[in-house]
Amino acid sequence: MNASLASDLAAIVGPRHVRLARAERATYAMDGLPTHRRLPEVVVLPGTREEVIAVIRLLAALGIPFVPRGAGTGLSGGALADEGAVLVVLTRLNRILKIDAANRSALVEPGVVNARLSAATRPHRLHYAPDPSSQSACTIGGNVAENAGGPHCLKYGVTANHILALEVVLATGETVELGSRGGEPWGPDLVGLFVGSEGNFGVATRIAVRLTPLPQAVRTLLADFMALRAAGEGVSAIIAAGIVPAALEMMDQSCVRAVEDSVYAAGYPRDAAAVLLVELDGHDEAAVTAEADAVAALLKHAGARSIRTAADESERERLWQGRKKAFGAMGRLSRDLVVQDAVVPRSALPDVLEAIAAIAAAHALVVSNVFHAGDGNLHPNISFDATDAGMRARVEAGSAEIMAVCIAAGGTITGEHGVGLDKLRYMPLIFDAESLGAMHAVRLVFDPEERVNPGKVVPVHACREWAAGTRKWERGTASAVGSVL
Amino acid sequence: MTILEKVTALLGEGAVLEAGTDRVPRIAPGSPDAVALLLGTAHQEGWRVRVEGAGTWLPSDAPADLALTTRRLDRVPAIEPQDLTATAEAGIGLDQLRQQLADRGAWLAVDPPGLAGRTLGSVVATASAGPLRQGFGPVKDHLLGVTFVTGDGRMVQSGGRVMKNVAGYDLTRLQAGGFGAFGVIVLVHLRLRALPRADVTHLLEGSRDELTRVAEDIAAAGLTPAALELVSPALARRDRWVLAVRLVGSPTLIASDEAGLGRFARLRAEEAQGFWMRLAEGFAVRPVTFRIGGVPAASDELLDLLQHQVGDEWISAAPAAGAIRWSGDATVDRLQRLRRTLAALEVPLTLERAPWPVRTAVGHFGAYREGAGPLVAGLRRTFDPGGGLVVATDGE
Repeated sequence: MNASLASDLAAIVGPRHVRLARAERATYAMDGLPTHRRLPEVVVLPGTREEVIAVIRLLAALGIPFVPRGAGTGLSGGALADEGAVLVVLTRLNRILKIDAANRSALVEPGVVNARLSAATRPHRLHYAPDPSSQSACTIGGNVAENAGGPHCLKYGVTANHILALEVVLATGETVELGSRGGEPWGPDLVGLFVGSEGNFGVATRIAVRLTPLPQAVRTLLADFMALRAAGEGVSAIIAAGIVPAALEMMDQSCVRAVEDSVYAAGYPRDAAAVLLVELDGHDEAAVTAEADAVAALLKHAGARSIRTAADESERERLWQGRKKAFGAMGRLSRDLVVQDAVVPRSALPDVLEAIAAIAAAHALVVSNVFHAGDGNLHPNISFDATDAGMRARVEAGSAEIMAVCIAAGGTITGEHGVGLDKLRYMPLIFDAESLGAMHAVRLVFDPEERVNPGKVVPVHACREWAAGTRKWERGTASAVGSVL
Repeated sequence: MTILEKVTALLGEGAVLEAGTDRVPRIAPGSPDAVALLLGTAHQEGWRVRVEGAGTWLPSDAPADLALTTRRLDRVPAIEPQDLTATAEAGIGLDQLRQQLADRGAWLAVDPPGLAGRTLGSVVATASAGPLRQGFGPVKDHLLGVTFVTGDGRMVQSGGRVMKNVAGYDLTRLQAGGFGAFGVIVLVHLRLRALPRADVTHLLEGSRDELTRVAEDIAAAGLTPAALELVSPALARRDRWVLAVRLVGSPTLIASDEAGLGRFARLRAEEAQGFWMRLAEGFAVRPVTFRIGGVPAASDELLDLLQHQVGDEWISAAPAAGAIRWSGDATVDRLQRLRRTLAALEVPLTLERAPWPVRTAVGHFGAYREGAGPLVAGLRRTFDPGGGLVVATDGE
């Protein structure tokens, strides 16, 4: 079947853009999370929306499941395809089709890299606000699928707040237009429903995004604390005061040291228990300075040992580089890393951080925290050696306990990385069978045969039965649950 | 047994309210579970159910076997000022909710059209944003999660209570603006702001053209008003068009924005409150209200078009956001024609409020783009398999 399918796909996209050899397919066996591995049957890289449609129609005719994929920087195992499924890689659809500065919007193809869009709109004094740490590589299409966040989403909102309209190719190959150029839906908000659906509803081939004016004034503060709890309390104080920083990020000592030992060294104090990176922006220098002073006073009161303000743009960039490259820097700690993602109410941060430290100690794990403190969006990262079976078991147990603590605090299992394969087993912990059944039923409206990105997001076995959909594809689901490592 | 007798047996006499003039039994379940029980029974019995809140926005005139009102779902189980979140039942009046939030130093930055007692559920179900959408976004941006009951009585939770959440599909956004076609919202988790330390409104009167240019200048200057609203003379109760600028936040930020405003007149606090309240209430007076959403640069052209086709006596627009709300009297034919004209310009028209004959003929929605109609129909079947929820989603 492989050779004949590959040949049919090659007839559409050209032989150079079909990967069949095992070594080539292995390149696509993982995403940014090294704990899941799946080998796709075939990889195809269409270059135009017409080719995407033709590929999907061919797969529909053959009844073959497929998985859309962007740059593969996701952190939930969401863009992996099992054997028997085709991986449709969209990185060649990388054109910025239009920048409409007057209406602060742009129309892009899904493979456009996030940072490239902001760079292209900078001459208009505009930018695309959601800024995941992987923004130099990740694509807008992937951002839409995952409803990606980033440090500056505290003030500017996540991906869902910035998508105006979409052209979507459904599993059948039919195209659907969702949303309008002004952002008002034509009926129910199907754009809002599509964003964050992790590829289960179809492939976005054209994406209209909202652009945001670049701030005219920016202040970036680095505050360091000798206790993690004090830093958490500083975060709460800022939020409760009604100040909305552009970003409010926290790194603990383990993370700070990893960064400072790396090429991304930002000058964070190595002896601090935690540092906070706070950015304030606006259109008026004096007003932003006044807000920054107010933040500094709140942080001092919460126990900050020292507070430093970036003197110029280069110092600001250095402070941010340390934060954004922190995941990379953790490569120094061990050969493997689980990047976790959970959200808790902001006031619960101090208690939850202490609980995570206790879990790490109990399982003898190295956990480094680097996260969006202003949103309560935690990233406890566990460094480990995947060749050590005992350690893998401890990582799995520790991860589950961390999730349980976050859920018990009133939180959720993912704030921006998505469910994918990695979080499937946690879904029944936060949604009952009826609610999971509702999600599954919605998926069947968009994709009755469950051929797009099968086995992800909703653990079908945990759903109460809703619609009488025909499920031709159930591979992946059962095996995915509980096989995190 | 009559429907009324069956419902009384099911939920008790306390749930039965006095019927309206159309004599349709009016039932007020006292809990989300009671809503599920009622809708589950209605589905089995084949009853048609219309859903109401406080009855201050949509006329209670849809033909139905019973009216389900959410007005007894008026509890606020949680307000967390530290986290700036709250959980409220759908039937609470916005005025009551606002007061309870203010007592805890918190604020919901949503100012929908209608009377002050309009319910939270109504505002969410219709996604009725007001002038504050300029600074704080549409209604959906204020929602962390909802619990809703489907037409066949299933209770579904979506989202959660925290600031960011991508666990599962975003059914909250489907419910926000679904006009109740996909279930009855019973509980809402809200994202709040701290009660603004300062809140000021400035007005400028002038011709529409002149004020449109001023609004463009304000947007271009990088000012960040919470509201930037162009209001017709009748609605503003002034002689000429009015551009209203609302600034909220810290006194420092406001002072800096005020410096950039120029010749506007600042209202006293009670005047400002009265101005925004009258503007909201003005949309509940005339028989028909709709909203349209275009790109900001087309606002002026869209206002011209409305003036030409349906008049511009009662109109309020956020030129920098591209949103326009219209109120008045218009025939089915005229509304349908207007929707078609706007659709050709890629501008959706959402019918927000009208008598049933107009709603059912025009539909809240319509003019779907390519391929979207079957998806909407499929979602409707999923969440209301018996079609028992009486909602005029699509027109004839």
